[in-house]
Amino acid sequence: MVTSVTNLGRTGAFDWLMQRVSAVVLGVYTLFLAGYLLASPDLDYAQWAGLFDQMWMRIFSLLALISLGLHAWVGLWTITTDYIKPTALRFLIQAVCGLIMFVYLVWGVEILWGL
Amino acid sequence: MNSKRPVNLEISTIHFPIPAIASIIHRISGIVAFVGIAFLLYGLDMSLSSRADFSSVADVMGHPLAKLVVWGILAALAYHLVAGIRHLIMDMGVGETLEGGRLSAKITFGVSIVLIILLGVWIW
Repeated sequence: MVTSVTNLGRTGAFDWLMQRVSAVVLGVYTLFLAGYLLASPDLDYAQWAGLFDQMWMRIFSLLALISLGLHAWVGLWTITTDYIKPTALRFLIQAVCGLIMFVYLVWGVEILWGL
Repeated sequence: MNSKRPVNLEISTIHFPIPAIASIIHRISGIVAFVGIAFLLYGLDMSLSSRADFSSVADVMGHPLAKLVVWGILAALAYHLVAGIRHLIMDMGVGETLEGGRLSAKITFGVSIVLIILLGVWIW
């Protein structure tokens, strides 16, 4: 019997693992960016744009964006299922959260590869 | 129900256990960070658009209100990161006892407060 259809994977163990894998990616990305900004107090446009011009930085950033979507889905799913009991309202809020994650992803791709 | 059970409804003696407070702030900071990402993405978009837009981001960041908003978002991210690392350490089997949970919740608060103050110093 299907008891849950809105979680990320089909099992809690999969969601649990994805939440942690994406957390590690986001943590490493955050610490990298913080370290980079701390190490470059006189950051100018050329240096900043040059960083995001590198292929590895674009891959790293896209990985972080996808991780953000997965991580936010598991987290917000957990919170909404805990506190919002009416099914229709919970589904609506989860749908809005999912839409925001999709917008973040497409926006991020647009920023990184900007056409 | 056994009427001899002790009753404790003294509001001043009832409070959430410290690990529960650490947990609820982890959830709230996650929501704040999720919303805050929109501001950070907007800033990243502007800063990478052109030299002029890069300087306008720097100008906007000179405004106290912008500093406050960015500080709030980074504070939420910092707490969420520290509390998340606490969970990963617990996943490895460290500090899973009641006392361990209480201690690590206190460490999480302490480290986060220091980080948030340092972030404020950095922004201002």
